[in-house]
Amino acid sequence: MIFLKLLEGRGIEFVKRLDSIANRESDYIVKSEDVTDERYGYYPFERPINLYIEYGFIPLDKPPGPTSHEVVAWIKKMFSIGKAGHGGTLEPKPPI
Amino acid sequence: MHSSKEYVALMELHGDVNLEKLYEVFKMFTGKIYQRPPLRSSVKRSLRVREIYSIDLLEIINRHVLFRVKCESGTYIRKLCHDIGLVLGVEAHMRELRRVAVAHIREELPVVTLHEVSEAVYLWRKYGDETLIRKVVLPVEYIVAHLPKIIIKDSAVDAIAHGAQLAVPGIVMLSNDVKKGERVAILTLKGELVAIGKSFMEAEEIVKNEKGVAVKIERVVMDRGTYPPLWKKAKKEEKSE
Repeated sequence: MIFLKLLEGRGIEFVKRLDSIANRESDYIVKSEDVTDERYGYYPFERPINLYIEYGFIPLDKPPGPTSHEVVAWIKKMFSIGKAGHGGTLEPKPPI
Repeated sequence: MHSSKEYVALMELHGDVNLEKLYEVFKMFTGKIYQRPPLRSSVKRSLRVREIYSIDLLEIINRHVLFRVKCESGTYIRKLCHDIGLVLGVEAHMRELRRVAVAHIREELPVVTLHEVSEAVYLWRKYGDETLIRKVVLPVEYIVAHLPKIIIKDSAVDAIAHGAQLAVPGIVMLSNDVKKGERVAILTLKGELVAIGKSFMEAEEIVKNEKGVAVKIERVVMDRGTYPPLWKKAKKEEKSE
């Protein structure tokens, strides 16, 4: 998917890609220096699948008929039957 | 989401109207308009002002009018059709509606169907193949792409995840369009969304200041404990001193 390619990148590069996707042209001002510790957290595209879903978002093309509420319930149901023991925190949020 | 919306709507007129008149009325409804929320609505039904950024006619066949409308959040398109019908003098109602964009999230970007989601989940569960899930689901950060951004130190992350406000010393970098009183996204150096909040300072103030609360947190996204709780350690050390 071409679009995903536009988003790919790590760290600050990823943040700048977010800006460009939303047509934002702002510069960054550095306030202080810091290096991220690779032992904690994940680069968004490198999250293990359960976290990728937990911190995920689905731009869903909702068909006419079912309400958004119903569709959210279906999506939740689809994902919560995922890997055993990890169902509890899965909460994809389809906004459209 | 309090941002601009874009719709494509199909309106059915109850009488014949010439094209010129229709253009004229579309023009009348562009800009700030008064709108009373419809009977079946989820908000208080008091007259309110909403801005219509543009209305563009796409197609017209007999009494069916297809148009694109860009408007402020909280505009009822069904009501807009009704009101346009009244001004046209023939009355009208909305037949169909599709939202095509919310802020920067547009349908031309990869919107996925329920079937595609279902397929992706199936492949993952049945065969452990997660490639499709990684295409159907996007990182949550995408939602805040349109906001000014503040990137914080690892050491500040867990405090925010626990509901603390963001103080100036925790900031590594910021976009120059951070504005006082406006919403900002707070991210880690890895690009992970930690929280969103309202800025207490203009970008220049943040750069200038050495201390103080920079952002009042409104919504935390990151789970507690994702980053180490260095702030707890600092507190304990303070106590033992």
